[in-house]
Amino acid sequence: MSPIPNAETHVGSPRSRVDGRAKVTGAARYSGEFTAPDLAHGYVVNSTVAKGRITRLDTAAALAAPGVLEVFTHENRPRTAWFSYNYQDEVGPPGSPFRPLYDDKVVYSGQPIALVVAETFEAARGAASLVRVSYEAEAHETDLKNRMDEAYEPPKKRTGISPPPKPRGDARGAYADAPVKVSGDYWAAYEHHNPMEPHATTVVWEGGGKLLVHDKNQGVLNAQSYIASVFGLGKGDVRVVTPFVGGGFGSGLRPQYQLFLAVMAALELRRSVRVVLTRDQMFTHVYRPNTFQTVRLGANPDGALRSIQQHAIAGTSQFEDHQEVVVNWAGTLYHCDNVELTYKLAKLDTYTPGDMRAPGAPLGLFATESAMDELACATGVDPVEIRLRNYTEKDENENKNFTSKELRACYQVGAERFGWSKRNPEPRSMREGRELIGWGMASGAWEAQMMKTSARATLTADGKLEVACATADIGTGTYTILTQIGADAFGLRMEDVTTKLGDTTLPYSPVQGGSWTAASAGTAVQLACEAVREKLFKHARKASGSPLADVKLDAVSFADGRIEVTADPSRFVRIADAMRAGGVDRLEAEETAKPSMIDQLRYTGYTHSAIFVEVRVDEELGAVRVTRVVDAVAAGKILNPKTARSQVVGGIVWGIGMALEEETMPDHNLGRFMNHNYAEYHVPVNADVQGIEVVFVDEHDTKVSPIGVKGLGEIGIVGTAAAIANAIHHATGKRVRDMPITIDKVLG
Amino acid sequence: MNRFSYVRATDVAQAAREAGAPAAKIIAGGTNLVDLMKYDVERPGRLVDITRLPGLRAIEDAADGGLRIGALVTNTEVAYDRRVEARYPLLSSTILAGATPQLRNSATTGGNLLQRTRCYYFYDVGTPCNKREPGTGCPAIPGVNRIHAVLGASEHCIATHPSDMCVAMAALEAVVRVSGPGGERAIPFAEFHRLPGDAPERDTNLGRGEVVTAVELPARGFPAHYTYLKLRDRHSYAFALVSVAVGMEMDGGRIGEARFALGGVAHKPWRDPEAEAMLRGQAASRDLFERAAERTLRGAKGYGHNTFKIELARRAIVRALEQAAAGTPQSQVDKRIR
Repeated sequence: MSPIPNAETHVGSPRSRVDGRAKVTGAARYSGEFTAPDLAHGYVVNSTVAKGRITRLDTAAALAAPGVLEVFTHENRPRTAWFSYNYQDEVGPPGSPFRPLYDDKVVYSGQPIALVVAETFEAARGAASLVRVSYEAEAHETDLKNRMDEAYEPPKKRTGISPPPKPRGDARGAYADAPVKVSGDYWAAYEHHNPMEPHATTVVWEGGGKLLVHDKNQGVLNAQSYIASVFGLGKGDVRVVTPFVGGGFGSGLRPQYQLFLAVMAALELRRSVRVVLTRDQMFTHVYRPNTFQTVRLGANPDGALRSIQQHAIAGTSQFEDHQEVVVNWAGTLYHCDNVELTYKLAKLDTYTPGDMRAPGAPLGLFATESAMDELACATGVDPVEIRLRNYTEKDENENKNFTSKELRACYQVGAERFGWSKRNPEPRSMREGRELIGWGMASGAWEAQMMKTSARATLTADGKLEVACATADIGTGTYTILTQIGADAFGLRMEDVTTKLGDTTLPYSPVQGGSWTAASAGTAVQLACEAVREKLFKHARKASGSPLADVKLDAVSFADGRIEVTADPSRFVRIADAMRAGGVDRLEAEETAKPSMIDQLRYTGYTHSAIFVEVRVDEELGAVRVTRVVDAVAAGKILNPKTARSQVVGGIVWGIGMALEEETMPDHNLGRFMNHNYAEYHVPVNADVQGIEVVFVDEHDTKVSPIGVKGLGEIGIVGTAAAIANAIHHATGKRVRDMPITIDKVLG
Repeated sequence: MNRFSYVRATDVAQAAREAGAPAAKIIAGGTNLVDLMKYDVERPGRLVDITRLPGLRAIEDAADGGLRIGALVTNTEVAYDRRVEARYPLLSSTILAGATPQLRNSATTGGNLLQRTRCYYFYDVGTPCNKREPGTGCPAIPGVNRIHAVLGASEHCIATHPSDMCVAMAALEAVVRVSGPGGERAIPFAEFHRLPGDAPERDTNLGRGEVVTAVELPARGFPAHYTYLKLRDRHSYAFALVSVAVGMEMDGGRIGEARFALGGVAHKPWRDPEAEAMLRGQAASRDLFERAAERTLRGAKGYGHNTFKIELARRAIVRALEQAAAGTPQSQVDKRIR
């Protein structure tokens, strides 16, 4: 059993990011910023048709351009792995992964079809415009509406993604008999991740067959094994180092094509190569799928649910079955005996969609929580009250208890802070000047989980600690919270702790995603620190005349570079003296954190939220402003209220974008996304964001992770879009079920 | 981006001479041209840098009570010029409704006139576009056309002019001064930009080798009754779906001179003389404004995604005329629409 944790000085307190200064001063190095002597630059050429065959690829003019080293195409690419399974990665869905420059087939518009490598970026970019391509185009389909009839349940399930639960009761019969019914069709547009940092890879050719790879990703080990497998290299010959990531949001979970291209070019040219994607090229790989849903709720006049039916169809590529959890949430959030949830895919001539912040959840909850709001209107029951009436203490999808669930407190605290009790339930009843005011709310949920992760702690005689783990920090604050945990374990100042991340030579971590990193890497660091403390304590007891000789580990504290008796701090041994006694100048331990199998069998873990939104709508002109947001979140222990708040605020801002602005617009005639830049793909700007208040509700849970953490990466976004849609309905009486809710959809 | 040569012009005559060469392009603030070069939409063989030309950086009072704005005066300088703020607040307001401070600091008055459409297809060399490559077709007509024209478009092109500033310039009846191989000439603002017709590759009536040297504002600036109402897909840093610039003179409750121009709906800032004439001498009323809006949009045509703009423009005109008549112009800071 692990010893009693040290006093918490940093954990639980707001702390600024330890990497903040490096980031704002430019000292933090990102993947496209690493350099090497003799660095060559690659620029990608993308297809302009959605489907067909490349009949001619004329690279003569490009090759003749000054400074050009090589133009790689499917015709001259070096030999890579033959089988598609060699291209699999840690989080990929079932199917046959995309293989860049594999052959003459074009399977989506924007597919990389050539890489021009030159002495400078400018030379490569200029020459790329000289590559001439002819195609034999085939008929394509990118419109989900036209493929819904052929939608299918994915035959192979994606690892880690719960398929919809088996139907329970008789949802259709109960719906038919229900005195109150609501039903609706919901659409969600394509969205692209648009992290500030574009995807980029710098491969440093180290000679002797060794590669040092800086790649924008959310997991260096995943990138390393992909490269090793595709190019037939030993893992020992490929080191991936990605200390900083300028936003991932899921786009860096799977290896993206610039990684393949940069490594391929470096191996072939035997020199260092960098490939950076342009903003426009960021629209030529992963995205959140276009998703259609139908929801039907049947209820008693008092709002008690009698039937839930939710059916989703999402687009995927021709070559992989991307899957996410879209429809399960209703069955987890509410008590209902008759539930039917289905999730189908439809194949389109697009790249494979992928995980984007809380994959599936904000889509599913947009539909579920809009329908619950509709039910509240139909029954005349307050939206918060109707959710309480259908509250469940058990995850009925899994027939398991929750590890913890403070959603009730979220509703209560959120409503109080927002002033929900002053709401007039009647739509169109609140107005100021020309603007209609609407108040809406929604519930949120996201899986809380822990993944097997290792970490190392190294304490030196000078009282400095290093903690290390291969996990990424994609901007979430991982560096900071691991530093806090390490500092508290030994009673150190934050400045005395160095945290190392994002390097394949460090202890094992899965990709950073799914909100699991704080729980997983945090626990691993805690365990490693505890192991070092035990070693240090043993040495301390051996010191000559040690005042700790007859003291047990649980009776001491670590503070100010000393190990002291908690009840009598005048009895202590300095860290340096303990080490000297043990004849060492450093102590190191590596530990692995694993989820408890027993708890996993018995319980399901979720974070929860209740989000309340005020919108002001100029109905005549269709203009919507989100003027106030209160989000009450129950996510277990909050390690750092400052970075935690940032996570949730970021999710809410994205939720505003999802609800009102974000949409990648496909031209189905061309099979191509058209608004592929920051000017025409709208993410929220400052003017779109006003007051956001985040409240963390107390929640004690050591079943998800021993350190009490549940994770925060996704919970901010999940209910936001639904709450905004519900607020717009309250303001205007208009129910918009098609995201984003742009001016044209609001025009009264 | 292609390889190009670069020359820094030292006087207007040299700039005009250099710019007259077939593959040459004038560059000033570069906020649009450099983007277009990165996208391979513009592939100039030679860039003629006019940023060091003397005499184009001043805002000067004109003898007729108007104001002369040099072509190289930045958007920021115009927007915050005391004389512009006092005498032409409509112009100041339109500039502040556009882009970002960073872009406005770099973008010039002449460049703003010459910025090119934001049509998705025009920007994407992987697609056909009659404006970019005449004769290849217009995929926007059957395609994605949310930001496209509903007035004055042609079967060849439904692109819009993206400027905010130009919408005010149109309402103010500014005059564009140009200098070129044929000497100097003045182009009334309404004749500066073109409708696409069968030559959508030509945005303006500027001749080859002609350099914009200044924009002249007539004395009438509508400082009391004006507004710029811009509707867009987010509250800042987005191009107009529909915008309306209004300049009005009021005599009691009665309208004197009245002008309004629309942005985001056509290949040029859109004015309708008949609709404006309906307002003059009339008492301000919602009914009157609705009739004027109706008149303005009588020939409007939607292409699917953008069809809502017709109704949106109708309502925006009414609201903007109300704002101007009441002397309560739209704030560009407070996003609440008055």
